[in-house]
Amino acid sequence: MSQNQRKHPRPGLVLDVDRTTPPILFHHGEGFRMEKLPAGRSRVIYPAEPLPGVANPKASIRNALENPLGDSPPLSALLKSGMKLTIAFDDISLPLPPMRKPDIRQRIIEAVLDTAAEAGVDDVHLIAALALHRRMTESELRHAVGDRVYDAFAPSGAIYNHDAEDPDGMVVIGTTPHGEEVQINKRAAESDLIVYVNINLVSMDGGWKSTATGLSGYTALRHHHNPQTMVESKSFMDQENSELHKSNWRQGKVLKDSGIRIFQIETTVNNNTFGYDGPLSMLQKREWEWSFKERMLFLGMQTGLNKMSATSKRKSFQGWYSPYEITSVQAGEVEAVHRSTTENVYKQHLVQVEGQTDILTMGLPYICPYNVNSVMNPVLVACLGLGYFFNMYKGKPLVRKGGVVIMTHPTPWEFHPVHHPSYIDFFERVLSETTDPAVMSQKYEKSFAEDEWYRHLYRTSYAYHGVHPFYMWYWCAHALDHLADVIIVGGNQEAVRRMGFRSATTLQDAFEIASDSVGFSPTISHYHSPPILMADVT
Amino acid sequence: MIKESLKGKKIAITGSTGFLGTALVELLLREIEDIDLRLLIRPSGKRSPSKRLERDILRNDAFDTLRKNLGPEGFEKLTKGNMKALSADISKDNLGLDDDGLRELSECDIVIHSAAAVSFDEPLDRAAEVNLMGPVRLVETLQGLNVEPHLVMVSTCYVAGNRKGTAPEKPLAQSPFYVPLNWKQETDAARRTRSYIEDDSRRSENLERFRTEAKTELGAPGISLIAAKTEQIRERWVKDKMVEAGRERATSLGFPDAYAFTKAMAEQAVQEIRGTIPLSIVRPSIIESSWDKPNSGWIRGFRMAEPIILNFGRGTLKEFPGIPEGVVDIIPVDLVASAIVAVAAQDKPDKPFVVQVASGACNPIKTGILADYVHEYFGNFPILDEKNQPITPSKWEFPGRGRVVTQLTRAKRLLQTAENTLHKLPIRGNQAMVVADLEEKRIELDKAMEYITLYGKYVECEAIYDVTSLLRLWENLDDEDRKAFPFDPRVIDWRKYVYDIHLPTVVIQGRVKTTPSAFPPKSRNSRLRKQILDPSRQLAVFDLENTLIASNVVSSWGYLATKRLPSQDRIKILTKTILEAPSMLAMDRRDRTDFLRNFYRKYEGAPVLQINEDSLEMFNEFILNKSFPAAIRRVREHRALGHRTLLITGALDFVVQPLKPLFDEILAPSLEVTGKKYSGRMTQVPPIGETRAAVLRDYAQKNNLDLKESIAYADSTSDLPMLEAVGFPVAVNPETKLATLARRRGWLVENFQPISGSPKKTLPLGKMKE
Repeated sequence: MSQNQRKHPRPGLVLDVDRTTPPILFHHGEGFRMEKLPAGRSRVIYPAEPLPGVANPKASIRNALENPLGDSPPLSALLKSGMKLTIAFDDISLPLPPMRKPDIRQRIIEAVLDTAAEAGVDDVHLIAALALHRRMTESELRHAVGDRVYDAFAPSGAIYNHDAEDPDGMVVIGTTPHGEEVQINKRAAESDLIVYVNINLVSMDGGWKSTATGLSGYTALRHHHNPQTMVESKSFMDQENSELHKSNWRQGKVLKDSGIRIFQIETTVNNNTFGYDGPLSMLQKREWEWSFKERMLFLGMQTGLNKMSATSKRKSFQGWYSPYEITSVQAGEVEAVHRSTTENVYKQHLVQVEGQTDILTMGLPYICPYNVNSVMNPVLVACLGLGYFFNMYKGKPLVRKGGVVIMTHPTPWEFHPVHHPSYIDFFERVLSETTDPAVMSQKYEKSFAEDEWYRHLYRTSYAYHGVHPFYMWYWCAHALDHLADVIIVGGNQEAVRRMGFRSATTLQDAFEIASDSVGFSPTISHYHSPPILMADVT
Repeated sequence: MIKESLKGKKIAITGSTGFLGTALVELLLREIEDIDLRLLIRPSGKRSPSKRLERDILRNDAFDTLRKNLGPEGFEKLTKGNMKALSADISKDNLGLDDDGLRELSECDIVIHSAAAVSFDEPLDRAAEVNLMGPVRLVETLQGLNVEPHLVMVSTCYVAGNRKGTAPEKPLAQSPFYVPLNWKQETDAARRTRSYIEDDSRRSENLERFRTEAKTELGAPGISLIAAKTEQIRERWVKDKMVEAGRERATSLGFPDAYAFTKAMAEQAVQEIRGTIPLSIVRPSIIESSWDKPNSGWIRGFRMAEPIILNFGRGTLKEFPGIPEGVVDIIPVDLVASAIVAVAAQDKPDKPFVVQVASGACNPIKTGILADYVHEYFGNFPILDEKNQPITPSKWEFPGRGRVVTQLTRAKRLLQTAENTLHKLPIRGNQAMVVADLEEKRIELDKAMEYITLYGKYVECEAIYDVTSLLRLWENLDDEDRKAFPFDPRVIDWRKYVYDIHLPTVVIQGRVKTTPSAFPPKSRNSRLRKQILDPSRQLAVFDLENTLIASNVVSSWGYLATKRLPSQDRIKILTKTILEAPSMLAMDRRDRTDFLRNFYRKYEGAPVLQINEDSLEMFNEFILNKSFPAAIRRVREHRALGHRTLLITGALDFVVQPLKPLFDEILAPSLEVTGKKYSGRMTQVPPIGETRAAVLRDYAQKNNLDLKESIAYADSTSDLPMLEAVGFPVAVNPETKLATLARRRGWLVENFQPISGSPKKTLPLGKMKE
């Protein structure tokens, strides 16, 4: 694998747009747009170039396991023969896009299993900590943990998906001082040690959220996955200002106090999402630095995409595996590990930005955490834009209060019938009545969450939990509260309207529509992602 | 004079629920003091005569003015005090009257006989029974009672037959060109014709034809439904033959149709047997909406001319038979009613008194002029099509009946061919509804053609009906009577009548669109949907294939059979299945149960455990992807409303097992297990066709559910027995035959589709194990 050519990768950049600035790349689902931004009042925020990866991942992992952070003995000291060991790992939603083989989870789990084997531990379970996400298929599990691990554990049924609706498989450990119940997978709770394997793609991932959310269920999640918490998390990516984070930490404390022993392993990857060379390399470069070859490739790709059907476009994009490099591995006590991880995440993601603008534009790509090997339905489009991208800030949002977000995405009225059955009904029944997160949570959340059919599909098929579309909408709550208008460029009009947004054919039209709220010469920030960046707005 | 003469008189009226009868009752109640009416009304269905009097007569808008003038109490007093309904049936001896009724009848001073079978498509024997034997029985009853009231018989001008020249107001026997009719022989012959045709309809080749027709219409819904349909077709055939026989017999004797023919015989019969009963005959021409009273343009029911007028306005009918300089003899209903009253008020005549109420002789309107008025009217007030665009009326060229019929026949044949072709295509849902639309259009054309044939004959009648007696009667009235009982045809201003009175009425009665609607009206479907999603319903039963999922037993088998095979074997199985497809399809069309029985043999030797495991995988990978989210939502809606939900399917139990949590119960066939393998035989008859309806009935009974309050969802005519068993059938993505049936019967039609974005899978092959 080729490495970053630069010895010193450049940090993120805020580019002021002038007349010489070339058209800017906007992701547009399974496609791209090149847009000219108004000169003199626009700026483009670019992510940092990929940091160098660790030279020897295997050694780094070994080192982390044996030199843990915080108040924790090394892993080998925690493993004893006859003990019950549960290895939980992040599910299909991480990283995005999925990682080229070998996946970090595989590397780490193999290392942990080797240590366990040396210690003579027999009773080992591997659980995909997917909370209320869909179950992973066999091939997805194989990709995450590797064939060797899968084939060793699958026949005895010792590798499986977490089931938050298994009446015999979940326990409530206790309640936080705030009255939040703490619920966790029973096997994990009864284990002498939980090893949690994280991929910390963004700053929200990891810490107590791993166990308190990943191995939990509706009983506990409803205490922080709700409109109130989300409106008060400004942003949920910024630990110091996130109610979601605080609630998870309170639940984590209850876990810790109950005597549940957790050995946390967190890892970070760099921004090498599209590769230094290869067919998509231009996507992580700045437009004026595209080489001739990259320009040609991009043109060719655009032409090809125009000719492809939606299905084949989806298939080819979903077939992309990113050549990330591992930038750090931390292991040990949860909070100490997470502090160090967060620093490493910020090192790659943070970009200093000064002040807010009237408009924030973003090009939404084909993938979000909930449509890996699936369809990005309209609710997920909203969630990716207003939930994830909008919240990628520390300090202040990139757009001022009362400003406008313009995002580009085809937003087709399409759903995956196996993965997102409750989304279909949510879109048809709930959003057609209200787009207010608070109203829908009052009126509909419980009936979706406790619906027998959705429960059945979540447990036996590959469906997201009945309540999941609500959470996606709550994810947007802060943005909906903050913004005057949301405009989607190039989307399916009916789908866009159903969500209470406005639909524009071109970016120019979108600026026209936005003028209702922000006048005719607004200031504009363009969030140039992926690769991921987090704006540190002062 | 009329008023004094009729004051306090007791009058019996037959046919009071008809168009003319209602006008007559209203007129008598309105103008004659202390009138005492006895209405001979046939009980119809569960409705008693007094109920019919209330609903069919008094609630008609003819009485609106009277009710308003008298106030509710006054009106109630008048109708209760001066009028009484007698249960009677003129097709029975003694008119079906009980003793009380007979006594009432015997006390009457005047009997007005206005009951008739006026419908043009009346079978010959029935027309004879009502139109001819009705008055005969009336006369015999009066004779049996030994009373001699003044009998006023309503006949028709067209008893004169298709003649040219003047038709005088004289008994038929005294008219020129009279063809003697032996009414007794004709009646017997009509009855015999019935039995010949009945016999003919039971000949094996005919029965076979009916059955084929039934199958073409319904598909394969099982023996009993096909039998019922076959019988229905046979009865319709018999009726058509009888109508044809009537028409032919009438034509052979020079009458336009069976109605005029039987009426002519009735006139003669009554004259022959009346003895000394004083008789007056009133012959109106074509009766249309009223000129002035009870209000201008009042009409009851759809008359003969209206469908033609509307079809013209809608553009379906571009031409009309007849000759522009010919006379259309139309007479408003209020003029006829007044004339009848005037005749009834006369002294009892010694010899039969005949009067004709017609406009042709004294105030004619030519067909060409009438056509111009209609053309002008629809030019100024066009009917709108479904896109709110005005339809331009075409100008009639009067090409003669032959060409009009040819035009229509050609159009009809085209539609029929299109319909037949579409029936053969494997189309469903919205596309299939196109066939239903086509059928509607064809039926409309059918009707137009009937009217043309029939009405054309009347229009082509070139006789002029003499009205000398009528006018004499008019001359003798004083001013007060003339005001109360206007029947002088000369007062009609034709342009005003056609343009301002009649056509607006027809347009309103025809409920056609003449003003653009701002919003599409709340659709029929949404209304039906509301009925279905009502908490008072009890059970919702669903079919599986094409109702909940776009898949079938063959693909399930294909999936399961190939799931664990290496690729060359998969191709082998696939090729074999494709080669077998035509014969399987044919068997499926013939009898679904046979097809399943045969097809499920393919599971012979399949290991139970493996099939169960793979079925779950198939559900996730294949069935859910092909499911209709709206249908699944509908099941859940029913459950939420407290309805019991049931899936009845011919698919095997292990295939539908994962759907269990969606329903309260699933009824599906299972395969016999020998050892650890399936034997390929079903353990019971699969719930298909009639068995499905039977299974449903059993289920409802066991669970104490009312099928009348239940809903059934299915996609094909093979599910007809089940659909018909419940109160609320729903056709889901119907194939063409079911689409046509659903449209005809007013069933809810739902188009459930797989959600877009679902992964495509062209071939039902199991994903290979990694």
